[in-house]
Amino acid sequence: MLPIYTYLIFSVLKPLLFLLKSSVFVQQVINGLTVGGVYALIALGYTMVYGILELINFAHGEIYMLGAYLGIIFLGFFTAIGLTSFSLPLSLFLAFILSIIFCSSYGYTMEKIAYKPLRNAPRLSPLISAIGVSIFLQNYVMLTQGATDKVFPHIVENAGLEIGGVSVTYIQLFIITVSVLMMLSLHIFITRTRMGKAMRAVAQDKTMASLVGINIDTVISVTFVIGSGLAAVAGLMVASYYGLVNYSIGYIAGIKAFTAAVLGGIGSIPGAMFGGIFLGLIESLSAAYISPEYKDAYAFIILIIILLIKPSGLFGKSQEEKV
Amino acid sequence: MLELNNIRTSYGQIEALKGISLRIDQGEIVCLIGSNGAGKSTALMTISGILRPKSGSITFIGSNISNMPPHSIVEMGISHVPEGRRIFSRLTVKENLEIGAYTKKSKFKNQNSKLKKQYEKIFEMFPVLKERQKQMGGTLSGGEQQMLAISRALMSGPKLLILDEPSLGLAPIIVSRIFRAIREINHEGVTILLVEQNAHAALNLSNRGYVLESGKITMHGMGKELLNDEQVKKAYLGE
Repeated sequence: MLPIYTYLIFSVLKPLLFLLKSSVFVQQVINGLTVGGVYALIALGYTMVYGILELINFAHGEIYMLGAYLGIIFLGFFTAIGLTSFSLPLSLFLAFILSIIFCSSYGYTMEKIAYKPLRNAPRLSPLISAIGVSIFLQNYVMLTQGATDKVFPHIVENAGLEIGGVSVTYIQLFIITVSVLMMLSLHIFITRTRMGKAMRAVAQDKTMASLVGINIDTVISVTFVIGSGLAAVAGLMVASYYGLVNYSIGYIAGIKAFTAAVLGGIGSIPGAMFGGIFLGLIESLSAAYISPEYKDAYAFIILIIILLIKPSGLFGKSQEEKV
Repeated sequence: MLELNNIRTSYGQIEALKGISLRIDQGEIVCLIGSNGAGKSTALMTISGILRPKSGSITFIGSNISNMPPHSIVEMGISHVPEGRRIFSRLTVKENLEIGAYTKKSKFKNQNSKLKKQYEKIFEMFPVLKERQKQMGGTLSGGEQQMLAISRALMSGPKLLILDEPSLGLAPIIVSRIFRAIREINHEGVTILLVEQNAHAALNLSNRGYVLESGKITMHGMGKELLNDEQVKKAYLGE
């Protein structure tokens, strides 16, 4: 396998090496990291839920969309009461915290209503239920917020740094930093804490996990709460980056993040992080060097190639036979 | 200490336990023998709350546990080492032990002196686990995995330890090591319920034994009695 990888990597990298020096390349890498960080945050929610329940939570993209809307609502409210002009960082911080709390409650409730009653049902049933939740949430937001685009309050200036022809906006820096911080904290949570270890145990063997005294329902709830919280952060950041929000943005973001999770190996947390960033880089580089019209297609082309070579994804473990 | 009263458990339409009753007293080693498919593991899984009995009751130290979720049963003081050991293969040996102490909540961080003592006891009983602390559970040999599985179960400080086929697939020398450990654990005051294919060793170790045949208890008596019973000899001891 290794020679094929090396060959692939080099055949892709070789033409790019010529371009390495150009500022366009650096610019695209920064753009790619920005989008990729967001994909990674959403992909983590897919991969964590899959790791524990073997369920693809198709409503996860909607949680991200809710995060973006909640951000608009809270920031609008803060502007109205004059908090944003008093302290912008404080109001941003509060908007993040509130969106996380709201989205996590949505995630928690969604699991209790739509998935928990189907815990022992055939695998297709919760999947259909997930699609149902997704349709419900989209229409719920469309009815309450309107079907037209909402503009994100322009509170953060589009200013940034300019180094050697490469411009990095503060929002981009912010998104990259926050994504990295969130992923680091998640990593520490999963590897070091009692609950994190319990999550890994449940992902490996649910029956054994309950035999050591782990409450499976609690672990599942925590998984949904964390995944939804990460999606809320992603939604708010994207909304501030693109400036526009629509009730249907969860769909394409969800599909992309799902692709990232599969690319990295669904169920694998480092896989989702890597897959998201990788996908973001592919998108922005191919848009710059090949053609921007097919930006969305490249991600899926790469996905198909990787799945053909390694069906379990880059970081995925091939399914162990359970006796 | 533990009492099963007319327990029936089924998988869908198939009734695996057809009304079994058994009793385990404080400090005993009790074994359950029987051929493949007799319902031994089903009985243990029913005690631990993984399977729900259709009827009958399970009483543990005075409280009815037959409808409790498995994690509450662990908190009550029953620890179960299932068949096939089921080590968390992608958790380190240390993490496997930590997760075994999951019910010890705030004391999880190893600061608690009681828990520290527990680690010391385990490492004294199975020194190999101390050496392998940082290794992934899945890289251990079968015997080491069994030692880890037993140790993980002990981390919750159980009053009753349930062991399902601890000798399965292990070399004779390891089996005697495991059986010695079981005796040691029992001496420390832990009551033991043992399921074994290796009926000879199990009956030798146990105070009392039950014979399970197609979902029914067909015989029960002192370990030594059963060892000398003609029927048991024929069916389970290969004599």
